[in-house]
Amino acid sequence: MARAVSTRIKIGYTVAAWTVALIIFFPILYTVITSLKTEQAAISGFDLWPSFSLESYRDVQSQYNYFKPFMNSVILSLGSTALALAVAIPAAWAMAFSPTKHTKDILMWMLSTKMMPAVAVLVPIYLIFLRTGLMDTRIGLTVMLMLINLPIVVWMLYTYFREIPGEILEAARMDGATLKDEIIHVLTPMAIPGIASTVLLNIILAWNEAFWTIQLTTTNAAPLSAFIASFSSPQGLFWAKLSAASTLAIAPILIMGWFSQKQLVRGLTFGAVK
Amino acid sequence: MTFKHVLLGSTAYAGLILGSAAGASAEEITIATVNNGDMIVMQELAPQWEEKTGNTINWVVLEENVLRERVTTDIATQGGQYDIMTIGSYEAPIWGKQGWLTEMDGIDGYDYDDLIPAVKAGLSSDGKLFALPFYAESSFTMYRTDLFEEAGLEMPEQPTYEQIAEFAKTLTDKDNEQYGICLRGKPGWGENMAFFGTLVNTNGGAWFDQNWNPQLDQQPWADALDYYLDVMNNYGPPGATSNGYNENQALFQTGKCAMWIDATSAAGRVFDPAQSDVADKVGFAVAPIASVDKGNAWFWAWSLAIPTSTKKADVAKDFVAWATSQEYVNLVGEEKGWVAVPPGTRTSTYENQNYQDAAPFAATVLSAIQNADPADATAMAVPYTGIQYVSIPEFQGLGTAVGQNISAALAGQSSAEDALAASQATAKREMTRSGYIK
Repeated sequence: MARAVSTRIKIGYTVAAWTVALIIFFPILYTVITSLKTEQAAISGFDLWPSFSLESYRDVQSQYNYFKPFMNSVILSLGSTALALAVAIPAAWAMAFSPTKHTKDILMWMLSTKMMPAVAVLVPIYLIFLRTGLMDTRIGLTVMLMLINLPIVVWMLYTYFREIPGEILEAARMDGATLKDEIIHVLTPMAIPGIASTVLLNIILAWNEAFWTIQLTTTNAAPLSAFIASFSSPQGLFWAKLSAASTLAIAPILIMGWFSQKQLVRGLTFGAVK
Repeated sequence: MTFKHVLLGSTAYAGLILGSAAGASAEEITIATVNNGDMIVMQELAPQWEEKTGNTINWVVLEENVLRERVTTDIATQGGQYDIMTIGSYEAPIWGKQGWLTEMDGIDGYDYDDLIPAVKAGLSSDGKLFALPFYAESSFTMYRTDLFEEAGLEMPEQPTYEQIAEFAKTLTDKDNEQYGICLRGKPGWGENMAFFGTLVNTNGGAWFDQNWNPQLDQQPWADALDYYLDVMNNYGPPGATSNGYNENQALFQTGKCAMWIDATSAAGRVFDPAQSDVADKVGFAVAPIASVDKGNAWFWAWSLAIPTSTKKADVAKDFVAWATSQEYVNLVGEEKGWVAVPPGTRTSTYENQNYQDAAPFAATVLSAIQNADPADATAMAVPYTGIQYVSIPEFQGLGTAVGQNISAALAGQSSAEDALAASQATAKREMTRSGYIK
């Protein structure tokens, strides 16, 4: 039975929620405001009122063609996510429905690769990319991003798959479904909310990745992270331009996140209530 | 033949067809650079070189530290990702000595004699030139003429640090967010240590003695740190430990600092009414001195170098020669205004009447650069060159570690004595580990 909540408490919670949300969102908001200022206004101190100048956006575009890194970001994040799913769905299926006594260890081992600082393997990976001709190629970076996000994808999918009753799969098998049918026609549709949120999270992670994408690219495969980095300067104040570049870089992913938030929340809380 | 080769080939082919006066075959070169104002101008004007030669340029623009990291990885692995790279006067002689950079002597028709000798010397090792200077800077004192006038003060031609402290005291009005002095506080060998190194030099100190023994526990370092902490705590802006060049520039341009001791390359910016609120109220003087008249102003040259791993050295050399030539300086002057020309590299720039008219700070900058001698910057004899840095590969890490200790002292997290004791210990350990101290 639902507990009656007084209007006052409701308002209190609403105000608190909005305050927290605003605090979290404020840096992004201020970036957008700064991007709409002139350079001089941007450095003259804290001011929430933009001067509504689109000068920075024009300068950013004239200095660096936005669409090339944007397309690279799209290709890299979608490509690495698709590749990761192709590997992680069978892996998670195997671990969720045919666990062995070492399944937990394997999962932990996979996750442990995320515990190492990326820079520790920079030189070996750099050399591999160099020798194999993968340096500054989209295909090389797609594989790289897929590999670094794979442990998280496997973990998430494993957690979702575990929530699906094994009996349903057994029933499908009784009806003569092959392994392929079972994964594609039974398991996947049931796990769609989980897979969807994994996809969204993976796209966001790949989009924001800023170590390998800067280290392993020069011009051809450089995505938006490299685009932002190019506007940071040791000598010279380009805060408005830097903010404009950041706004352009985060806008697509922010909009995507906005539209898919229902799916994302549903996926993240999937199986939370038994 | 890979897809990449086909792509490179076809781009070069397109360049050949489009290029009006292509000599041999047109090439595509990749240049790694930083996003400093002068480099942006270079990018904007580079199409003129591309048109003239039929070659094309790929620009990789990165933040200074990321650039250094990437370029070092690429050079160490002989990656050959870049045909030209922007490096400083710290890297040029070290990397040249390692055999990582192509020698830049002997380019046909290049006017080497016009380069300011101190700049040329700073980019050479064993008499060989390893990079050509794009713009060079020293450090000097910028001050607000209006505030000085109001307070009845006068900036001497050669100020002393004692005078600077007195001026700072008079001109500080914290209630109105006006601070007597702004200095770098952000930790880093190229940030706070650039300024602090010069302060140590002019107090009679040095990083090492002739046997590479660290001197950070000696009196000059203590004097320098006491002075720095005193003026910064009493007359400096709040939160100074996060202030580097950019932050101080913002403070000065918005009228919050009465004095700012920093790079001469800031002159063009604080003097530009489009960027600065105080453009018509700025005066310039040489860097202050303390007990010793040496090493009080730093030297730095952003330069263009060619790694030995490139396969397009000839085209790369052609571009570097163009971008560092007097012809380029004139081009910037005509297209972007004379105040925007890359300063500090060529004598002819300072003889140019147009530049002298547009940049009243030119003479002060020139004398600062000419007098900054990396080979003779300390009162005592030392085994290294460099004014605000020590030209050994280990300095980058050591300088930043010491910078962090100085910054911690400024933040009040440790005492001046502890900061220097910790720095001395770090320096001793590092120098022993690297084999300098036997």
